[in-house]
Amino acid sequence: MSGLQSWAQMGGYAVFVWPAYVVALVVLGGIAAQSWRRYRASIRDLNRIQRAPRER
Amino acid sequence: MLTYLANPARFMRISGVMLPPLGLATVAVLALGLYLALFVAPPDYQQGESVRIMFVHVPAAWMGLFAYLVVAVASGVALVWRHPLAEIAAQAAAPLGAAFTLVCLVTGSLWGRPMWGTWWAWDARMTSVLVLFFLYLGYIALVNAFDDMGRGARAGSVLALVGVVNLPIIKFSVDWWNTLHQADSVFRMGGPTIDPSMLWPLMIMVLGYLLLFKTLLLVRMRTALNEAKARALRLAAPARAAEAPPPDATPVLR
Repeated sequence: MSGLQSWAQMGGYAVFVWPAYVVALVVLGGIAAQSWRRYRASIRDLNRIQRAPRER
Repeated sequence: MLTYLANPARFMRISGVMLPPLGLATVAVLALGLYLALFVAPPDYQQGESVRIMFVHVPAAWMGLFAYLVVAVASGVALVWRHPLAEIAAQAAAPLGAAFTLVCLVTGSLWGRPMWGTWWAWDARMTSVLVLFFLYLGYIALVNAFDDMGRGARAGSVLALVGVVNLPIIKFSVDWWNTLHQADSVFRMGGPTIDPSMLWPLMIMVLGYLLLFKTLLLVRMRTALNEAKARALRLAAPARAAEAPPPDATPVLR
């Protein structure tokens, strides 16, 4: 068995270790992505409103 | 300091400067922490490789508690001093705290199954952390339950302050009651019982989670301020239109 395969098996605990890391990545990465998307949308929205009177 | 930062324009200026380096530091520290946790830290002599779950579980637990402290302190400041950014900070921190607490609960369960032989036990530590998660959800629901945003914020602030009582219960639950969850092994009299080869990766992951929390807190606070400004401009738009000169007057757009 290669070193990488052995490492990935986590001494027989792979079925618990990897889902734990995936959950952390999905939940924290998810809230980070959602926060960033909403932030960018708020900037776009604000710019649109601030531009509007000048364009009238 | 509080008065200095109470100005939203000043906060936007300072946080705008801080955000890029904070974001870069978050990515770098988390990458280093994950490398140390997955490749460098040795397996535990009893837990084997399952100890690697601790590197995502323990920082999540601490950040779940820390974020609630931020929510509660900001809520207290909002109620007492009407600090304009305090309510925004509390509302920005709550979903982050809920996310960290959820990670703590799920990863703890994934560790508990091979180590304790059970996914869940209604012991004092686990139950009090579950209560913390529900407090976050309750706070978020309450803040958004009112048409009047000010009333929602005040009701949420009161709930956040009442919920503070849960923090010492979580911290000392393993001392006060006979729990399945083990006692503290880092913050204890006599120093940590964890070997430095595991303690350092753990502390770097804690720093990474803390930086992530701070970065996302700033992002969410800036979002809330942008949205508030957009709302104010929309409300003011009809008044501005009424004051505007008729179409045959000097054109605005040149």
